[in-house]
Amino acid sequence: MSRRIWAIAFNTFKEAVRDRILYNLVFFALLLVASAPLLGEISIGVQRVLLINLSLSAISIFGIVISIFVGISLVSKEIERRTLYPVLSRQVGRGEFIIGKYCGLAGTLLVNTAAMTAGFYVELLLMTRSFTRADANILIAIYFLFLQFIVIIGLALLFSSFSSPLLSALFALSMFVAGTFAVDLRAFATMAHGPEGWLARAASYVVPNLASLNVITRVSHDQLIAAGLVGYNTLYTFVYAAAAASGAVLIFSRRDLK
Amino acid sequence: MNRRWTILAATVLVASMTASVVLVSRIAAAYPSSPMEDVLFISSPEFVKRASLGYSGLLADIYWMRVVQYFGRKHARDSMEYKALAPLLDITTTLDPNLIVAYEWGSTFLDQPPPSGAGDDNAAVALIRKGIQNNPDEWHLYFTLAFIQYLGQHDYLGAAKTFEEGSKVPNAHPWMKIMAAKMLTDAGNLETARYMWQNIYNESTDKNLKHNAELHLASLVVDEEIPQLESAVSEFRQRTGYNPSSWRDLIASGLLRAIPRDPTGELYVLRNDGHVVVADLKKLPFINRGKPE
Repeated sequence: MSRRIWAIAFNTFKEAVRDRILYNLVFFALLLVASAPLLGEISIGVQRVLLINLSLSAISIFGIVISIFVGISLVSKEIERRTLYPVLSRQVGRGEFIIGKYCGLAGTLLVNTAAMTAGFYVELLLMTRSFTRADANILIAIYFLFLQFIVIIGLALLFSSFSSPLLSALFALSMFVAGTFAVDLRAFATMAHGPEGWLARAASYVVPNLASLNVITRVSHDQLIAAGLVGYNTLYTFVYAAAAASGAVLIFSRRDLK
Repeated sequence: MNRRWTILAATVLVASMTASVVLVSRIAAAYPSSPMEDVLFISSPEFVKRASLGYSGLLADIYWMRVVQYFGRKHARDSMEYKALAPLLDITTTLDPNLIVAYEWGSTFLDQPPPSGAGDDNAAVALIRKGIQNNPDEWHLYFTLAFIQYLGQHDYLGAAKTFEEGSKVPNAHPWMKIMAAKMLTDAGNLETARYMWQNIYNESTDKNLKHNAELHLASLVVDEEIPQLESAVSEFRQRTGYNPSSWRDLIASGLLRAIPRDPTGELYVLRNDGHVVVADLKKLPFINRGKPE
């Protein structure tokens, strides 16, 4: 990573901290402390499963909300405050600016996810009194959630490179929802014929394949996640994020900023 | 000026919130809403799963909590109807097909006769078969199915087959094989039922399951003791030509050694017609004999 990209990424992280993005950790901590034992009390035999489902879903929802709503404002805020112009006038390419912003938000989410993961494991230890090998399996699900955030940040950046913040948020949110149905779309494509079939097939590959990145329910039952899936998901995220970032760079490079 | 406004706003805020809490309870008393517990806003399990956007595990836990709360409320009121129980369990297990506890407990809730449960054997069997289909390596589910076939449906042959199938599952408890054999030889025997409940009691780590097994074991004791006591009453009648008026008559005639008590410590009730019943059915909900009319 060039020094310029690193500097933009670091500043994006600092700005996110200054914008009190990490305050969501307080809500997460409160949610864990208050909800898990309480919900365990009014149910039967699912305390551990519930803690895993609740915590990982919270990590996912917080992360996706941050990815979308911070992601869409990364570029527009700089234009609005007119802070983009001095940056671009210092020999920083528009591509470097977009990549730097991407890495900065990804770093913010990495710190955020790591902190929530630590909180979750403390709560799990308090509940079960000891860790088992199956508990390490949960880290894979959290890693997949982080991959989801990477994909969503890419989409938010892509949309914000040509659209208003409100529409970008709407588009990114729609892509997230559609992404959870990617498997159904592909199944529909195999059943449909003619133009509808082609359209459905194309749509199923354009929307992010988010279903395979959500294995929360599986790890809550200690089901092992195949190493192949970890590898393919990592590769897919890298490829999809690269495509989204490239699209964002292409559009932003041609955008008239006057 | 600024401070005055702050104090005024804070006072109005607290007063308004307090008043709204009081008013809501008054409104609830004046305008009781119709009971919503049997209403399912979305009845299609598949739709709920799609709408969960991948958070199906969390939603399954929430639905499972709803099942427990729904059953608990109805059970506490000695309800004879559990309309929403089977659909709620179907949604829960579609959202999370590996939630074993929902199959095990859910089928028990469905199977037990009202008011202890919904008394719907077929729904219980359908739920547990769904569980086996989704989790073929869980021997507990075969056990629960066989248990319903045995005690709920009196389908001893079916129960024997299920015990046999379950015994082949890896890590299945050895007494599954014994139960398969017992189903074919002495299924109607109290001893067989006692053997099964004792094993459930020994095996369970869940305190609710243990308590349930304890109640069944106690009920089996009652089912065994009541015929013995009624036989003593019958013997007394044959000797004297009339029914005993109290347990003391039977003790005086040498047919009993002491005043009999049920496993909960309550005295058995000797009725004028010579029948023996338990004092409190709620403490022994699973007895087949000695139920007070």
